[in-house]
Amino acid sequence: MKKKLVVIGNGMAGARAVDEILKRDRDAFEIVMFGAEPYGNYNRILLSNVLNQTQAPDDIFINPLQWYTDNDITLHVGVKVTHIDRAQKKVFGLKLSKGTPPYGSEVAGEKGADLIEADYDELIVATGARPFVPRIKGSDLPGVFLFRTIDDCDLIADYAKNCKKAAVIGGGLLGLEAARGLMTHDLEVSVIEAADQLMPSQLDREAAKILEGAMGAMGLRVLTRTFSTQLVEKNGKVGRLVFNDGSLLETDLVVISAGIVPIVEVADKSHLKVNRGILVDDQMRTNDPHIYAVGECIEHRGKTYGLVDPIWQQVAVLADILTGVNEDAEYIGSKTGTKLKVMGVDLTSMGEKETDETDDEILVYRDPSRGVYKKLIVRDNKIHGAILLGDTELSDSLMQLFQNEKPLPENRGEILFGSIEGARLFNAADLPNSAQICNCNGVCKGDILSAIDNDNCTSVAAIGTKTRAGQGCGSCRGFIAQLIESRIGKVSYDASEHYYVPGIPLEKSQLVREVRSRGLKSVSATLQVLGEGEEDPTTKTGLASLLKTLWPKDYEDERDARFINDRVHANIQKDGTFSVVPRIMGGVTSPDELLRIAQAAVKYKAKMVKFTGGQRIDLLGIKKEDLPAIWKDIGLPSGHAYTKAFRTVKSCVGTDFCRFGLGDSISLAQEIERRFQGVESPHKVKMAVTGCPRNCAEAYVKDVGIVAIEGGCWEIYIGGAAGSTIRKGDLLCTVDRPEAVIQYTSRFLEYYRQHAKYLERTYGFVERIGIDLLKGILIEDSLGICANLEEKMQEAVDAYKDPWKEAEDPLYPFQFDGPGLIEVLQEAENNG
Amino acid sequence: MEKSWRINLGPIEKVPLGQGLCYQVEEEGIAVFRSRDGLVTAIENRCPHSNGPLSEGIIGNGEVVCPLHGHKFDLKTGMGSAPNETVRTFPAWVEEGTLFIEYHPALVELVKL
Repeated sequence: MKKKLVVIGNGMAGARAVDEILKRDRDAFEIVMFGAEPYGNYNRILLSNVLNQTQAPDDIFINPLQWYTDNDITLHVGVKVTHIDRAQKKVFGLKLSKGTPPYGSEVAGEKGADLIEADYDELIVATGARPFVPRIKGSDLPGVFLFRTIDDCDLIADYAKNCKKAAVIGGGLLGLEAARGLMTHDLEVSVIEAADQLMPSQLDREAAKILEGAMGAMGLRVLTRTFSTQLVEKNGKVGRLVFNDGSLLETDLVVISAGIVPIVEVADKSHLKVNRGILVDDQMRTNDPHIYAVGECIEHRGKTYGLVDPIWQQVAVLADILTGVNEDAEYIGSKTGTKLKVMGVDLTSMGEKETDETDDEILVYRDPSRGVYKKLIVRDNKIHGAILLGDTELSDSLMQLFQNEKPLPENRGEILFGSIEGARLFNAADLPNSAQICNCNGVCKGDILSAIDNDNCTSVAAIGTKTRAGQGCGSCRGFIAQLIESRIGKVSYDASEHYYVPGIPLEKSQLVREVRSRGLKSVSATLQVLGEGEEDPTTKTGLASLLKTLWPKDYEDERDARFINDRVHANIQKDGTFSVVPRIMGGVTSPDELLRIAQAAVKYKAKMVKFTGGQRIDLLGIKKEDLPAIWKDIGLPSGHAYTKAFRTVKSCVGTDFCRFGLGDSISLAQEIERRFQGVESPHKVKMAVTGCPRNCAEAYVKDVGIVAIEGGCWEIYIGGAAGSTIRKGDLLCTVDRPEAVIQYTSRFLEYYRQHAKYLERTYGFVERIGIDLLKGILIEDSLGICANLEEKMQEAVDAYKDPWKEAEDPLYPFQFDGPGLIEVLQEAENNG
Repeated sequence: MEKSWRINLGPIEKVPLGQGLCYQVEEEGIAVFRSRDGLVTAIENRCPHSNGPLSEGIIGNGEVVCPLHGHKFDLKTGMGSAPNETVRTFPAWVEEGTLFIEYHPALVELVKL
């Protein structure tokens, strides 16, 4: 009678193990298999192709159901093993109900289903692994997916139909695969990685940087050093991600792909020894002599594996032993290397990626224009580690040398480059116009060139929209980029709409990190280090505002980076003259101040004296060269009516005189104005404090509006507007002390300073973030950043200097010079 | 034939680094710019759109942005970003710290001459 072999798990390890056994001895066993997924065995590595629709699910099956029939294997599909009775040598499984993820730790069986049992003489555990889900609040929201099975692909693809933006948590191999799959669904995809680089297990930093650039060129946003702390619901499904630094990302769909963990519950329950994985010896045997384990679920000599090569090696050893072909076969561990294509970029990585040993040789070859990077770490004349990026022609021979620990040739160049004849330089620009570039959508080179020349397509994404090239598997996107480059010299990235300033390809949070970590304190230094040789004016003004926010004390004020208003602290008018608006705290002035203002208006021939909407006095038509003198004569600080900063706090007469006043609005308005005056922000901020809900100071429509209410309390409204956009502010909170008003206002204003886009008013910002989330962050301190917000705001307040003091002490010579009259001496007369 | 004069505008330091400065040459305002990479350029100070003082504009990427409505002009060619807008340009250079331009009166004046 045949021995009974039961296999738990019908994935790549389990099915391959059976296949190897059958190859050695077709008649040794009567085989029963349990597979939690309702399918035969498929190639999980190709799942991203299913997601990106370059392969149909049917195409990736290695062992379709027919294979099991043909080989007399009893396969229980969709049945998850619940426990092993080692004494009776029996395995029990339960038919999973529809929709239950096969890799879940809970087993939800079909209603009324009986346990399915199978006797064994020998048992193979190949339960595999499940996605690792980091602790992120809201990861159970609709729209949040894992990426492990064909069914996952279906769910994601189906959900993606109604989405515009997707985020992938995890910038490792699997995360990038998932991202690649998502991009073909016309989604704007962001990859979020907690480490400071992509693929931290396979690549060193330099290679990761190059990869990141290539990904960016294809339109993928990459956010590194970014920790997701929360997924926030919007209309009943996931709507955005919150990061631990308080920044946010809008998204319609989230795929969590942050690594895998071995599935060990069944082994554990049956008292097999388990550490991180199921412990096996060199014969793949667990602590029960009749139970073996292979694949991603095991731990062997302290290592777990998530790649396919080690699994092939393990199952070969196991098959040798179980069939008696070689009872002494040993698995001694794998030297792992990966060879893959990440979104069209070829990549090979093996062994270690860095070394600290001084005796190791490190060979590096860089060819940035082609996106090629090769690195080799040689220890004891053998490959200790290698990275090949962009050009992986030699990866097979290197992998051979590495896995077999072969000694290397003396000429190291041969290892990195192979023979000269073997070198292959391929450029799409050399191809004829009829050559098909995008094989998925059948787009020829000529079509792409025409889109570049005639339709002004300058980015890979724009070419895609026009011709559909690159919208299939995406592997031709590199060629499309080459064609754009050959035609117009430079590929533009559509990711730019997310950049804080156009000239630096970084989003605000990334830019802030770079600026902080590199200590960049001036616009020119920042442009030099982070810019791309561009020096466009919007970039300069945006950077100046941000740098001043980041370095309140040490910012190097280069006025050429600023708009004329911020160079001379006055607002330029249509005739080239300037307006002068002194600070009048809370809109309360005095006869003395009024006299000085009146005299100055006469002396400097103001063309008009006007009360502003913010309860200030505006002297219009002042010449640039008169600015320092008029400021001195007026003797009041700048009212900041010209800059993107905290401006005015309007008030009503409050309790001092008003019959209805409930709170001392004037004192509070003055206190707020004194505190926040002139602190720069992404856009102007107008505030008001009103003494009762009659709202004479129009506080409901201010960026920050404070309203006194019955009971000695104050309401704080944020995000109001009454300019080109009208919006009533959202109630942030109600407090019972003026000090609390200052505290929460500080938090909000600093959060706005740190996270708003340049030139984004609070009404847009508050609407974008959402008041509920803001309440969580600013009132409940859900991210634990409030103390830091208050501290940063205090620094900004402490660093404030009245810019009108430059009247006495100009920042640079000729700061306030008007046109210099030049006498034409006719030094030389040219007859040109 | 167009007549032109070489005019000494004084020390180059007068023009703040990365900014512009207006010089009044006879009836005409001339905006001189000194970019951070050392390039000195001179154009007519008047934006043809609505007379904005170009010398007060931010420069970058070889252009100046008018402070009033953001129209842009190439500092070397005087070519504007809006259709049919150009400003006159003047050769400008620095000799031993002194700024010079080659000035030529506007064409209308030449016609009068």
